[in-house]
Amino acid sequence: MPEPPHFRRILILWAALSIIATPIVVLVWAPGLPPGNGSNVASGQVTDNAVLLGVVTPIAALMIVFFTYALIVFRRRDGGPEEGLAIRDHRGIQTTWLAATSVIVLLLAAYGTIRLFDEGAGGGQGPDPVAKPSGSVLPVQVIAQQWEFTFRYPTFGGVETPHLALPVDRNIALHVTSLDVIHSFWAHDLGVKADANPGVDNVAYVRPSEVRSFSIRCAELCGLFHGHMFDTGEVMSDGSFLAWIHRAQVAFGPGTGALPKFRSHYNPAPHRRAG
Amino acid sequence: MNSVAARWLAIVVGTVIVALAIGLYVNKLVRAPTPVSAQQAGPAQAQLTLGTTPAVGKLGGQPTWVSYLVREGGQWKHTTTFDVPAHSLVHITILNFDGESGLRNPFLSQVQGTVGGTMQLDGKTVKNISPDAASHTFTVPELGIVIPIKGVADDAPNQCEEMPCSLSQAHETVTFTMRTGKHGWIRWQCFVPCAAGFFTGFGGPMQTIGYMDGFLHVV
Repeated sequence: MPEPPHFRRILILWAALSIIATPIVVLVWAPGLPPGNGSNVASGQVTDNAVLLGVVTPIAALMIVFFTYALIVFRRRDGGPEEGLAIRDHRGIQTTWLAATSVIVLLLAAYGTIRLFDEGAGGGQGPDPVAKPSGSVLPVQVIAQQWEFTFRYPTFGGVETPHLALPVDRNIALHVTSLDVIHSFWAHDLGVKADANPGVDNVAYVRPSEVRSFSIRCAELCGLFHGHMFDTGEVMSDGSFLAWIHRAQVAFGPGTGALPKFRSHYNPAPHRRAG
Repeated sequence: MNSVAARWLAIVVGTVIVALAIGLYVNKLVRAPTPVSAQQAGPAQAQLTLGTTPAVGKLGGQPTWVSYLVREGGQWKHTTTFDVPAHSLVHITILNFDGESGLRNPFLSQVQGTVGGTMQLDGKTVKNISPDAASHTFTVPELGIVIPIKGVADDAPNQCEEMPCSLSQAHETVTFTMRTGKHGWIRWQCFVPCAAGFFTGFGGPMQTIGYMDGFLHVV
């Protein structure tokens, strides 16, 4: 009995599964994945994840089809050979596999690089960012310390607040720094995550795209109450933000008055009791 | 007993001893200290008196560490977990026997979150203190409460070196009223890097519940 055309069967099954699964994954599943569409960089991450899933789905489909086919068709039956047939190399398959995977990896590397240069992807870019948004940018300083984030607005008299509010549809430059140990500012719903290092101004850009609340967490294990280092931020309309910042300027006037002049970062002074 | 049985016995006994040691260590780390309840001070009101000292002395497990304590029945008790009533006004008095250290973030020199947005410092109503004069803070981030505590002047006579401190010794008195919310556990902490001898002033007692950190158990 001649051997059935396994290779052709697998190719057909793979093509069929890929044609069905890829659009479902890319168009139906991926758009609903975190972090959502709370900002330009969050939406960008959703798009990036959709692209990655679109590339990965046919590869995963090939694995699934091959293993399922092998389990069913190549299963040892009663009276069959004790051992499987010898596996021999196939230069055509090997070359195709190497070429295809190389092309995929290089394309993804190029895509990732372009996307990083495009908008920074929500990550901290250090004190001298490469990807800067065009137009006006509202600077907001994120000050981490054990165990609380506070926020300073240099264009509003340098007022410092215990909570973060941002205006919608405005480019924001988050200047993330720390007063003691390494923290990480993670506004997951906005797609922003930037390390907070003492003495460093780590800049991350974001443009919130809808009025909403968002969670803030520290993403770097920073001591006893690391798990308590969280807050809820607010994205507001322009009018609500201006009203909020003016109330904050009044409410936190005494504390702001005690602050040093605004700087991009603060080097904690040696402390007389700190050993 | 043959050698195989002896080996098994040794393995079982050794495993039990190691498991017990790990269990005791973890229990010591995670168990909350026995809380002290705020005294009722009227309908939906309570009173709590706390103290801060440069060294807890014999009242604590680490005698040289800076610490908060609570005063109950005229005696100092070493715990930083306090039971307070829910949806109530809690009047808190803090007697500070420690010196000035200075805040790392001067923003926390402003009184925040109290009833009226102020506190009483030695009988005088204030909204903030000098950041450099801060000895400690009593801060409850979840409730937005920040209480900067002024330190005893370096040249003040009759200073207390370690607990138990007497009220006749040099101290600063801070009083304020805060409002509690729903039931739960809420952490509080000091934000002044006051842990002498530790890296950045934020090790040891700053990283150990029972010294410069604790919980409000809202019941």
